[in-house]
Formats: sequence, structure tokens, C-alpha cells
Amino acid sequence: MSDVSFVRTEMLPEQAPPASEVGAIGWIRHNLFSGWFNSILTLVSLYAIWYVLSGVLPWIFQSVWNANSLNECREIMIATWGSTHGHACWAVINDRWLQLLFGFYPSHLYWRPIVSLILLLVALAPVLYSDRVPSKMLIVTAIYPFLMPFLMWGGTIWGPIAAALGFVVGWGVYTLVSKRLSGLFGMVAGVAASVIWWLVLSSYFVGALDSILPIGIEAVQSRQFGGFMLAILLGVVAIGVSLPIGIVLALGRQSDLMIVKYLCVGFIEFIRGVPLITLLFVASLLLNLFLPPGTNFDIILRVMIMMTLFSAAYMAEVIRGGLAALPRGQYEGADSLGLNYWQAQRLIIMPQALKISIPGIVSTFIGIFKDTTLVSIIGLFDVIGLASAIRADTAWNGIYWELFAFIAALFFVVCFSMSRYSMYLERKLQTGHH
Amino acid sequence: MKKSVILGVATVAGLAAAAATAGTVDDVKARGKLNCGVSSGLAGFSLPDANGEWQGFDVAVCRAVAAAVLGDSSAVEFVPTTGKTRFTALASGEIDMLARNTTWTFSRDVDLKFEFAGVNYYDGQGFMVPKALGVSSAKELDGATVCIQTGTTTELNLADFFRANNISYEPVPIETNAEAQQQYLAGACDVYTTDASGLAATRATFENPGDHVLLPEIISKEPLGPLVRHGDHEWGDVVRWTLNALVSAEELGVTSANIDELSAGTDNPEVNRLLGTEGTLGEMLGLNADWAASAIKAGGNYGEVFAKNIGEETPIGLARGLNAQWTDGGLLYSPPFR
Amino acid sequence: MTTLTDPPKEQFRLSMLLYDTRYRSATIQVIALIGFMLLAAWIISNTIQNLEGLGKPIEFGFFAESASYDINQRLLEYNSQDSHLRAAFIGLLNTLVVAVLGCITATIVGVFVGVLRLSNNWLIARIMTVYVEIFRNVPVLLWIVLAMAILIEGLPAPNAFRGDNPTATMDLFNTVAVTNRGVYIPEFLFSRSLGDIHLFGTSSIRFDISLDLIAFLIVLGGSIFTMRKVSAWAAAKQESTGDRPKIWHIQLGILFVPMIILLAALGFHLGYPELKGFNFRGGTHMRNSLIALWMALSLYTAAFIAEIVRAGILAISKGQTEAAAALGMRQGRIMRLVILPQALRVIIPPMISNYLNLTKNSSLAIAVGYMDITGTLGGITMNQTGRELECVLLLMLVYLAISLSISAVMNWYNNRVKLVER
Repeated sequence: MSDVSFVRTEMLPEQAPPASEVGAIGWIRHNLFSGWFNSILTLVSLYAIWYVLSGVLPWIFQSVWNANSLNECREIMIATWGSTHGHACWAVINDRWLQLLFGFYPSHLYWRPIVSLILLLVALAPVLYSDRVPSKMLIVTAIYPFLMPFLMWGGTIWGPIAAALGFVVGWGVYTLVSKRLSGLFGMVAGVAASVIWWLVLSSYFVGALDSILPIGIEAVQSRQFGGFMLAILLGVVAIGVSLPIGIVLALGRQSDLMIVKYLCVGFIEFIRGVPLITLLFVASLLLNLFLPPGTNFDIILRVMIMMTLFSAAYMAEVIRGGLAALPRGQYEGADSLGLNYWQAQRLIIMPQALKISIPGIVSTFIGIFKDTTLVSIIGLFDVIGLASAIRADTAWNGIYWELFAFIAALFFVVCFSMSRYSMYLERKLQTGHH
Repeated sequence: MKKSVILGVATVAGLAAAAATAGTVDDVKARGKLNCGVSSGLAGFSLPDANGEWQGFDVAVCRAVAAAVLGDSSAVEFVPTTGKTRFTALASGEIDMLARNTTWTFSRDVDLKFEFAGVNYYDGQGFMVPKALGVSSAKELDGATVCIQTGTTTELNLADFFRANNISYEPVPIETNAEAQQQYLAGACDVYTTDASGLAATRATFENPGDHVLLPEIISKEPLGPLVRHGDHEWGDVVRWTLNALVSAEELGVTSANIDELSAGTDNPEVNRLLGTEGTLGEMLGLNADWAASAIKAGGNYGEVFAKNIGEETPIGLARGLNAQWTDGGLLYSPPFR
Repeated sequence: MTTLTDPPKEQFRLSMLLYDTRYRSATIQVIALIGFMLLAAWIISNTIQNLEGLGKPIEFGFFAESASYDINQRLLEYNSQDSHLRAAFIGLLNTLVVAVLGCITATIVGVFVGVLRLSNNWLIARIMTVYVEIFRNVPVLLWIVLAMAILIEGLPAPNAFRGDNPTATMDLFNTVAVTNRGVYIPEFLFSRSLGDIHLFGTSSIRFDISLDLIAFLIVLGGSIFTMRKVSAWAAAKQESTGDRPKIWHIQLGILFVPMIILLAALGFHLGYPELKGFNFRGGTHMRNSLIALWMALSLYTAAFIAEIVRAGILAISKGQTEAAAALGMRQGRIMRLVILPQALRVIIPPMISNYLNLTKNSSLAIAVGYMDITGTLGGITMNQTGRELECVLLLMLVYLAISLSISAVMNWYNNRVKLVER
């Protein structure tokens, strides 16, 4: 076995990998041209990208920003480029962007929706970024549901205060009664007291205080709401109000009480089985019929009601998913501590179930937010409704792509960032589990 | 505890019931605002401008009524309605009157329980075709693709016309005028049919209006006018006579320019009665004596409103045609103010 | 001495309804039911009172009246003299057509995109991500309107095909005309047709079934049955002798010969679209509104389906892929035979809700003038008759029925493919 003529005794020096395997070239080879099929795919997609961009980019950037009508736009285009084809007329956005964003909201009050939006973000921060924002900020979250309507609709400050006092009254009655009698009685009495306060007493309260101390800001009719602001408002109200309703429905659907369960299932499946547009038809055509003769409130409120019911059904399903995802041990643990149903829900189940439901809630919100465009079909001036009105104007008659590109971009920015947030949250929650 | 719940419910029910009574005139006065239903976007008739101000021929009727009842032509809440929602909005009391180029038909008046307060624009359904098609009569349109706006009487007229002439066609239903214009210009339909006023207005905004012709056939009568709920006659009278006041003002030569001068008193007793310096016409309607004067001041007389919003000087460019005074060979004929 | 006695009989007291857990749930349920019925009664009485005030009591008689409007896109014959009910039925069929077409296309595109998003090719994966994000984050109404605009502005009008130097020509050997009024494709015609069966007489849901189609289906069914017999015979032969006889040419013959004989007997030929007068005549005309709605709905839903498919594939452990690769399977076969069948179980439940969404979103047809049931029953019929309550309620019921049937069918399928756990 000694006929080995050569044995290497020292290691070969490490060599750099071939140029075709590393760096940009290696990356391209591995990711774009790893086989004949992939190479063809790459070339085809490069051509497609070039084709689309070469059409769209000149249209976007070789465009007219300042003109008062489409005809003026066309004149400028002909003077500059010799043809009207392939050039955007962004002048229409320049002329009407405030209207597209705020609808007919009085222009000197634009600060109110803007402040509402900023406060919304502040109010959501402790919920959405619970690890980074101090939980004291939750006070803002608690105040926000009363502050937002005040800012948006204006009017006397006593209205929202009276609405908030309803909860205080209910809580007060609950603690009083439940000390004397049982907790169940206390709850019934508390709810009843709140309802009486809101329906009957609060109007006197507001009237009296308003005559003594008239503090308030300029009132804005909800008819003047419109544009992108309306989409955000409808989405936020629908999701915010439907959250508690959705929780109740989800608990009802999971409950052992047969009748309660079937009522909840019936409601959820009915709402989920019909298109939103039919519910909006109900809002615009039928809701007044269902209420006592003579009651009348404006279309935006009616749409809010129907959108809330609509999102409540979807919300219930999301929260049911959250409840189902909780390990059984949590329920059993709560039982073994001797907590009753409501205590268990409040202290153990809901905090966890809601936390895992947040990504689902965010995607429900994105869905509802996109669906708010449907209100243009029943004649409300949301972004799309306003676009139609602008196109009907003789100055802008015939304009098309610019408006819709602008609207699509608005929606894309908002929905895309929300969906990114929800993905971030999902990742965060996943690591928390293992 | 229980007692107060019942009381509460009873109170709420009582409040709701109380809101249902009282006539529209009183409601409007109490509210200080007129809720007027208009189209959500039709150039020349009702359209919000860049500042959110509503402009147009139908809008002017709303403003005139607001001025007559409340003395303030800006005390109007404009409620945009679609072809679908307009009648429900009126029937449910969401709006006090509807001025949305609505055709006065038997079934709307009788079956749907509305009351038309008159006619502010006499229209008819026509056809527009590209000149290059070489068509000179609607009867040559066999097999053509026709763009129509849905939710109006137009599609019924169209079906009737083609059926009566035993020719075939392909309807393309479209939601809005802007949409229809786009399809027509791209050649997705050969013919565009809607009210002749709308056709003329649409053609005026084309890049080359001369390339398109309106066919001679007018296949329907479309008297467009404001309407109110059936049964509230006082309110119906207010709207009807406000419209008549605008028409009479033009006939009598009362304009927004000379109205202040004429309000001081003239030799013409009818002008005096109209402007409230003589007689008690306003009182009979339950309004101020100068109700008609305010209505006319709001936007001028009928002729001025027409000229400002849809007349030949505007981009819409409509001729008076049937909508001239009866003395000029038109159909406008206001009953006397006496 | 103690004697065994029965436990003391508890006296039933009213307060037990609240404090005794045996009765409490019943109490709550009864209260909930009473509350619900009170609410329903309140709404119904309000509605009746309001309708009386308006002078329009609920009645469905108007459905029998003549609709007097025309519908362009229709599967069955219809004219403006037919009843409102017939118009609603035509609309319902149109809804189903676009829903079925949309679901099929969305599934194909969605699976394709979902798989490509995981492609090794960086560029393709990125392009697909961009597609998914753009479509998911813009409202579907906007996509429908845009799709229609692209079709109208991007395609030639029929008169571009006219003249000696037309600017547009028909595709596929002069058989298909793609215009901005829609696509005209050849239709099947029979010169010696067997005629039609008329079902349901003159009622609103009457329809004709072509006997030619029935004959064709019978022959096809017969052929397939024979083919199965033949392959069973071949399998039996293989079992007994170990040799599998060559049967593919027999199979092909069984499939095609009877069919060709039947078609020849019926005088089968294609009817080509031709430019006549204002429009193309002949052939089958698919309107732009249908194509736009179909395209927009399927591309929008496909973006969601792609995400579901991707998540489904990622949920299958990598070991499965590696094991399949170890068996020597190629990439495509691994996906088709190993990954997708398993991923299907994860994919199907969310897929059901996307099919439902697509069907419900088809109600936006109104934006492009496609006459679905929202456009007929909930559109023109409601406008012309002023019967909002009846029309909207019926519309909701129809959609509810469609949704529930889709869920029922898909749940049945889901139960079938579900992993049977032991």
C-alpha cells in the first residue's frame, strides 16, 4: 500500500468562489437565469415591465398641473408636446384636491377633521403598539369616542359630555344596586338607568346646561361630510361601534343558551349572506320605514348604522376565531379559580382573545374601508361620488384617468400601510406563542 | 324602577309622534332651512362647484322657494339624490321638495302619491349620432347600439319607440351622463339618447361638437318640474306659485336689476300684487308680503335663471325653444296673480 | 334510629328563576326571545303604519305587469313586454353567469399567482407581490370601473373594421372580433336541428333546452361509459396476464367517432360574426360590461386567493418537499402531486368565503350597466314601480339563497377532502 506517489501535506489556500457565483452576477444567475425556463420568464417579465412603465411614466410626468379646464389643459399639451395623447392633466387634482379629501366640509374648519385623525392615531397607539406606548395614554382612547363626534359635528360640548355621563350613571346604579341586591339585578338596573339617561334625561340636561353655559363650536351638518374624509369616518365609526356588538355576537354564538345562539347565528349569517349594496339600499330606502312614523335622520347616519351592522357580523366572526384559538386550559383555569362567566370573560378570555384578533380586526377594517366607496351608488359624495360630480362639470367634462388614478393612490397608501401593520403584528404575536 | 322605564318609552313614543304632525311650511320655517333634493351631478341643472356651492337651473328653483319662505336664498340644504333614492327621500320627509329634472308622469303623480308643482323645463327625448354615420332619422337606426341612462323614463320611451317602429336595437344601460359620453365618444355605442337638453349640453362640451348631429325625432314629452308630497296642499301652493312668480316676473318685465325700483310701487297693478305692494297674496300663502320679490331677487326671473345656467351664453348653450314665454311662441304660461 | 327519607321537596320560588343556575339560563333565553319578538313586532308595526301613510300596502302584483324595458345581455329570450318577474329571472341568471365565470377564473389565476409568488425567480416573485398588493388594496368598485374604461378606450370600435383600409382586423383567422362593444365569437349552429323543448310553458321561468345539446350529452355520456368499461377490461386483463393491452386508440375512437357521426347528422357548422350595418351580426356576443365585470372581479379576488394559496403551501412542512424530491420527482410534479393536495385542506375554507365575496361583489355590476339581479330587480324594476320594500327584500332573499347554497356545496366538498383523523 505504499505506491502512493504523492500526498499533499499542506492545505490549499482558500480560493475566492468563481465570479459567476457571487456578487451581482452570481445573484442574477441564481435568481433570474437559473434555467432556460426561468430565463425566458425573466426576459418576458422585463419586457412587460418596460412596456407598462414606458406607457405610464411619460403620462404621469409629462403632464399639465395648472389649468382651469380640460380644454385649457389640452391647449397647453398641444402647445408643449404637439398632441393631447399620453399626457395627464393633473390640473383637475390641483383644482379639486381639497374637495376630494374633505367633501363640502367648511374650508375654515378643515383643522377639525385633521385634529380628529391625529387624535385617532394617538388614541390607537396604546392599543396597537402596547409595548412601546405608556398605558396611561389609554385615557385618550377612552375619551376619543366622545371627542371625535364633537370635533366632527361640532355644536354644544354638553352633548358628548351627557353621552359620557350615561356610562357614569349606569356604573353608579350598578354598584349601588349590586351592593344591596344581586349582581345580575345591578347589571340590569345599570343598563336600564343608562338607557333612560340617554333617551330621556340627557336632552333636558343638555338643554339646561347649554342655556346656562353655552360652550360649543360651530356645528357642521353631516350632509357636508364627503370625500376621502367620509370614507375614513364611515370606516372608523363602523369598526369602533361594531367592536362591542361583535364581541356580544361572538359570545352569543359560542354560548350554551340555544335561543340566544340561534339569534346570533341568524343575524351573522344573514348579514354575511347579502351584499353590502343591498344593506345600503335598506339605509337609503327602507330604514325610515322601519322606524316610528315621522322619525327622520339624515342619510349619513343611516349609512353609518347599516355599515356598523354589516361590520358587526364580520367582527363577530373574527372574534370568534380569536376565542377558538385560545387554549381550552384558559377557560378551565378561569373556572377553577371560581370566576363566574362575566368575570372570566373580562379578566381572562377577552384580553387574550382580542389581542390575537387584532390582525383580523385590521383586515376587516381594510375591507370595510374599501367598501365605503359603495356609498357613491346611493348618491353620497364620497371620493367616487365627487369624481362623478367633477366629471359632470362642464370645465372637466371628459376627464377620467387622472381622477381615478388619484383615488386609487389614496386608497392604496392607506390600505397598504394598514396591511403592513397587520403583518408586523402577526409576526410579533407568532413569536410570543412559542 | 319599572314605572320609569314605561314612562321613558312612552315619552319617546310621544316625541316621535309629535314630530310627525304639522305642515311642511311650518316645518321649514321652524327649521330655518329648506331641504331640497337635487340631482347629484348634472351640468347646468345641479352641480356642486369647486367651493361646494350648488349651481344650476334646478338649484335656482330651490333657492327661489327658500327665499320666498324664509327670505334667505342661501337657507337651503341641498340633498343629492339618485334616480333610485329621489322618490323615497321625498316620501319619507327627508326632503321638503324635489327639483331633480323629474318627468311629470301619470303614475308618479297618482300612483306614487306626489304632486307636481308645475313645469320648469319642457324637454323631450332625442338622439345624437356622429355625423360620419350618415343617419338622418331615428328610424334608420335598425340594429344600432344605443347608450341610455338608467333609472329614468328614457329607457321605457326607447323600448316603446323601437317596438312601435318594429326595428331592433341593442341597449347599453349607463349610470351617469359622463360615463355615457365616454362610451359614445369611444364608439362603444352608435347613438346616445337622453333628454334633448342633456344631449345639447353634452355635445357642447365635445372637442369637436360639429361632428355630431341631433336627429329630428323627439320621441317623448318630458315636462320636468319640482314636486312635493301629495296631500300637503299649502306647501304645494307655495312651490307652485313661487315657480309661477318667476315665470310671471319675466312676462311682466320684472328683473333682478329693476326689482328694487319696482317694489316701490308701479302703475301696473299685477306687478304690484306680485311684489306685494298691493293686495294680500303673501298672507294667503302664509308668507310675507314680499315673498315673490325675495324669490325673484334670489336669482332673477325665469329668463334670467335660464340665461345664467343653461342659456345660449353658457357652455350648455340651450335655446329657449318650448321654454319661451307664451307670448314668444313658447309654452310658459303662468296663471294670473290676482 | 334514623330512617332514610327523601330529600326535602324544594318549594319552587320565583326568585329561583334568577338565582338557581338550573333555571337561570332558561330565564335569560325567554327574556332574549321576548325581546327579539318585541323588536320584530315593533319594526313590523312601524312598517305597516308607514306604508299605510304612504298609501302603498305590501303587494307583489306588480311582478306580473309588463316590465317594458329591454335587457341586452341575456341567456334566455326576453323582450320588453315580458313581466318584471321574468326580468328578475334573467337578471338572476346573469348574476350566476358572472359569479361562476369569475370564481373559475379567480381560482385559476389565484393558484397560478400564489405558486409563482414562491418562485425561485426573484423578478417573477416580486411582480406577483406587486400585483397582489395593488389589487388587494384598491376598492373593487374602482377596478370594475377602470376595467370598463380600459375596454372602451383600448379596443377598436366596430367601425374601425369597416372600409378598404380598416384600422382593426378580426383575430384567429377572421373568426373572433374583439371590439369595444364586446367580443364576438363563433357560435355552434345545426342545419338539421332537432329543435328545442319548451319548459314551464309561458311562465316567467320558462326556458328552452336544445335537443341537440341533450343528444350530444347522451352520446358523450355513452362514450365515457364505454371507455370506462374498456379500461376496466384492460385492467382485468393486466391483473390476470401481467400485460396491459394497448387501448388508447380504441379509447379515442370510442370517444370521437360517435360524436362526429352525431354532429355530421345534425349538420353542425360554426356561425361566424360578420360586420353588418352598425354592428357585428352572428356569432355569440359577450358584452363589454360582462367582460369588464368578470375581469375585475376575478383579478381582484385572485389577489386574495393567491395569498391563501401561498399561505396554504407554506403551511406544508418542508420535509414533504424534500421527501418527494428524494423520490426523484420533478418540481412540477412535487407541487401537483404532493404539496397542493395537502395544501388544499388549509386552502378550502378561506376560499369559500372568497367565492362568496365574489358573488356578492358581482352586485356592483350596476356600475358598468351589466344587468344582473341588482340591475333589474333592484334597479329598473324598483325605479319604475316604486315598490322599494318588496324589491329590496326579495333581492336580499335571493342573495341569501345563493350565498347559503354556495356555502353548503363548498362545505360538503370541504368535508370530503378533509383529512380523516383517527
